[in-house]
Amino acid sequence: MGKFWVIFVASISILLPFLCNSFSPETPTDRRVLVLLDDFAVKSSHSSYFNSLKLLGFDLDFKLADDPKIALQRYGQYLYDALILFCPSAERFGGSVDVAAIINFVDSGHDLIIAADVNASDLIREVATECGVDFDEDPSAMVIDHTGYAVSETEGDHTLIASDDFIKSDVIIGSKKIEAPVLFQGIGHSLNPVNSLVLKVLSASPSAYSANPLSKLSTPPSLTGSAISLVSVVQARNNARILITGSLSMFSNRFFRSGVQKSGSSTKYEKSGNEQFLTELSKWIFHERGHLKAVNVKHHKVGETDEPALYRINDELEYLVEIYEWSGTSWEPYVTDDVQVQFYMMSPYVLKTLSNDKKGLYSVSFRVPDVYGVFQFKVEYQKLGYTSLSLSKQIPVRPYRHNEYERFIPTAYPYYGAAFSTVRLLHSPFKLLLYDPDSKNKWQDSSSFLLFIYITSKVWHV
Amino acid sequence: MSNSSTSDLLKPFKLKTKQQELLIRVSILCLVYILAFITRLFSVLRYESMIHEFDPYFNYRTTLYLTQHGFYDFWNWFDYESWYPLGRIVGGTLYPGLMVTAALIYRLLHFLRFAVHIREVCVLTAPFFASNTTLVAYFFGKEIWDSGAGLVAAILIAVCPGYISRSVAGSYDNEGVAIFALLFTFYLFVKAVNTGSLAWGLASAFGYFYMVSAWGGYVFIINLIPLYVLVLLITGRYSMRLYVAYNCMYILGMLLAMQIRFVGFQHVQSGEHMAAMGVFFLMQVFYFLDWVKHMLSDTKLFQEFLRITVTCAVAVGGIALGVGMASGYISPWTGRFYSLLDPTYAKDHIPIIASVSEHQPTAWSSFMFDFHILLFLFPAGLYFCFKRLSDATIFIVMYGLTSMYFAGVMVRLILVATPAVCLISAIAVSATVKNLTVLLRSKNKVAQIGSSKGTSSAKASSKASLDQSQPFQKNGAMALLFGAFYLLSRYATHCTWVTSEAYSSPSIVLAARGAHGNRVIFDDYREAYFWLWQNTPPDAKVMSWWDYGYQITAMGNRTVIVDNNTWNNTHIATVGRAMSSYEDEAYEIIRSLDVDYVLVVFGGVTGYSSDDINKFLWMVRIGGGVFPVIKEPDYLVNGEYRVDKGAAPKMLNCLMYKLSYYRFGEMMTEYGKPPGYDRARGVEIGNKDIKLEHLEEAFTTSNWIVRIYKVKPPNNRW
Repeated sequence: MGKFWVIFVASISILLPFLCNSFSPETPTDRRVLVLLDDFAVKSSHSSYFNSLKLLGFDLDFKLADDPKIALQRYGQYLYDALILFCPSAERFGGSVDVAAIINFVDSGHDLIIAADVNASDLIREVATECGVDFDEDPSAMVIDHTGYAVSETEGDHTLIASDDFIKSDVIIGSKKIEAPVLFQGIGHSLNPVNSLVLKVLSASPSAYSANPLSKLSTPPSLTGSAISLVSVVQARNNARILITGSLSMFSNRFFRSGVQKSGSSTKYEKSGNEQFLTELSKWIFHERGHLKAVNVKHHKVGETDEPALYRINDELEYLVEIYEWSGTSWEPYVTDDVQVQFYMMSPYVLKTLSNDKKGLYSVSFRVPDVYGVFQFKVEYQKLGYTSLSLSKQIPVRPYRHNEYERFIPTAYPYYGAAFSTVRLLHSPFKLLLYDPDSKNKWQDSSSFLLFIYITSKVWHV
Repeated sequence: MSNSSTSDLLKPFKLKTKQQELLIRVSILCLVYILAFITRLFSVLRYESMIHEFDPYFNYRTTLYLTQHGFYDFWNWFDYESWYPLGRIVGGTLYPGLMVTAALIYRLLHFLRFAVHIREVCVLTAPFFASNTTLVAYFFGKEIWDSGAGLVAAILIAVCPGYISRSVAGSYDNEGVAIFALLFTFYLFVKAVNTGSLAWGLASAFGYFYMVSAWGGYVFIINLIPLYVLVLLITGRYSMRLYVAYNCMYILGMLLAMQIRFVGFQHVQSGEHMAAMGVFFLMQVFYFLDWVKHMLSDTKLFQEFLRITVTCAVAVGGIALGVGMASGYISPWTGRFYSLLDPTYAKDHIPIIASVSEHQPTAWSSFMFDFHILLFLFPAGLYFCFKRLSDATIFIVMYGLTSMYFAGVMVRLILVATPAVCLISAIAVSATVKNLTVLLRSKNKVAQIGSSKGTSSAKASSKASLDQSQPFQKNGAMALLFGAFYLLSRYATHCTWVTSEAYSSPSIVLAARGAHGNRVIFDDYREAYFWLWQNTPPDAKVMSWWDYGYQITAMGNRTVIVDNNTWNNTHIATVGRAMSSYEDEAYEIIRSLDVDYVLVVFGGVTGYSSDDINKFLWMVRIGGGVFPVIKEPDYLVNGEYRVDKGAAPKMLNCLMYKLSYYRFGEMMTEYGKPPGYDRARGVEIGNKDIKLEHLEEAFTTSNWIVRIYKVKPPNNRW
């Protein structure tokens, strides 16, 4: 029995680092990535991209899309942190994986990279539609650009596009400027206007359009100009990140290495921007960048440290929150000046910008409005490229208690005076009526007056 | 007196009769006291010791809070579990009399080492006070007529259904205590007027204070008493007694009433209380005039003075009122007050008042149901009162007539009329029976002591002579007496039947007869609230129509958006709008109110007719009253409200319809009827294929009476 225990504990201690080496709120970077391919040739033809991922520390697991053994989860636990779909022509996945499984995978906070291509299967299209983008319905359509194409030896059909219309966000595509245009060859897609979360990262030029390059254009193309997105990302509400592109060859070694010259431009780059662009973007997708966390949300009255169960109107309070950004290896303080807190009840009563101490601690102090009710401290921080912070903490605000009002109000002094003078004035007729000159006990008479004053003052809470 | 020896002989015997009479009276009163209590226990025996209806749950919750946290915390209680996110200052928006009374009884019992639960105290508070009311009725009857009338009044009020409807065990509502306080205040005031005693006036002021602390119906007192005083002034019955009684009661009562936070300065600032103040000043004018009359010997001069003074007084009063109204210092009459004077007012202007079933005008049948023979005895009693007019009988006549008018305006005000009806009917019964028995007995007496009557009773002799002229008088009197007893026994039977059949249902647990005559219990409400309590996060917000708010907070212990304290019409209208919108629009409203669960009451499976679909038109009206996008005609077809295939398209797709009938289309409710047959409405529903997008079913009780839906979070990827 004891022996088993030793083995069990030993095996646990050996396995523990591996078990923990996965995505978690504490270390949000993805580690285990499943790559689904149409055939294993892609593994070698796109090895540069995969190698760059491996260098970043990702653990890639290559499977064929129709491998009957693939599974995303086992016993309710997800086996992977991210999924790369490099299988544009897969009609169905093997094993238990289907569209719903992939969507559930994303909805439980995991990341996804989809690369489609010309003749993308309905399956891939469906996954993309669920994520808020629509590929061109014509299966053989490609993005064609007669002005923004990449110059090559043979005058082709201008489907190889050199685009440098990037999203303006250092968080998403890295702080280092991408000098060379990115080569793209494949199918275009448009963003669903209803979806507010999907973003165009690489856009086609205004002169682009989507059509079948082999046939003559008889009807106007359905997708034209900068409505065409070449690469899009989605950051879901649970901060899962999705990358969608219509070109698998973007990731290929050939595109990574080839030089590029954009038509109409004299500069010729030795190397296309693909490697830098896609590696940086993948880093973002896998939460190496732009991942914030807010911890230690605290609030208390100014001068106190304990958090009260409820506040009183007009209390001075202090609100504190620590915000950190994940650098890929550790949590670094997130320093900015645009984090705001709302004191909210149906509408914000107080809206204050938090100040920070450069070490991640944000704080602000303000006065509770003169309104009672159930308020919330709300921080809704949504910045392009960063995970959204949505903190809300409910706190009731009560009115004054009966004994918390001011006892004496300066404006009421005439009334106090009036009350006492009435007492004094009333006393005189009472004295006339009740005063007995024969009374031996003068003391009693004056004491009754004092008693009267005393009772009156009690009544008036003086 | 003439014959001292006989009187000496009879003296111990006479005393004995008086003692006997006292003994009988006391034992009758004791029996009535007990009867009044036990006749209200049907609900406890049938069901269990539980709180009934809607409002009592709030009262129970606050009483619990009072006993747990003490008076000051209760007084300052800010309840953030209701009216989310506005909250409610409970201490300042309730009449604390009931809770304080129950808590005192609870403390007393614990002091006496009876370890009862506060719920038992709350359940039995109303019957206990009903018993006390019978005592007050006895003394009141004694004051206005005689002790016989008092006894009859006590018996009548002990079992009168109009009163039992609000005071059965478990009906822990303000009215249970307030009717006692109302009658007690009236009794003390009449006593004060009759005696002219400052002490009784003071007592009536304290009675009034208790009434103000217990129920908003105190407005009736503060208007009826000035009206009564005014009538006495006009009919030339002004007296020093009246002056003392009214001034003492009004001034002290007003000062005391101001101590209740919910009432505050209304006595000097609200239009509803101005009549009392006007009459108060009028009294001073009368007193002054009396004094002047006393000083002036010249009547002509006095007439002139009178004219000038009265004109000036009226003019000054009118100007003061006008200035007060114009400057806003005196608030105008509230809608509730208007709706009492004008039965049609609420329907046009305040749908939230009109939506309550107990605020509907009374049907004749419910008068018959609640009063039975009292309805016929009432005019007879009025006749007797007019025949023997006094300050006291004028009061009871005025009380009877005004309260009968209000009882006709609103069903629930039958309750206020009940004591008056019982008292006046008691006068009729007592006077009739007394006359008849006097007839029966006087004849015997005439026969026995015909010779010895002498000068002692000329009246009796005249009656005796009258008797002899009608030979069947005795038989007729006997027949009438039997008739009266027959009617009274019918009344007792009727009252018991009504109490057991109609007024002892807790309405939180429903009972029905099964196919084999067995009793079926639907305990769905408590099932649902228990589910909420056990399965939802403690800070979850539940949206439902306001009827169920108190119950959800009291039994489910969860935050509600609106509840039965309908103080914020806009908030209720927002909920009404959510319920009557399409699901998408409703979802926006639901999100803005941070709602986690939506609760609806549905009677389609059981045939329970007071469910949310039947209340739905009121939600539309109240919602539409504030948000004009909601229009009532959208939910009707040719002015007809229907839920079947012919229903309006908006009706078939609004949130309330969807939540009520979700998955109902596949259910067989009755043999020989298609699936989706609504038993409450008796139709097959029109939209059987209901899909919910933003809400999901969380819980449905065993008989489908309560259905709870969870609000889904917004779509993750959109």
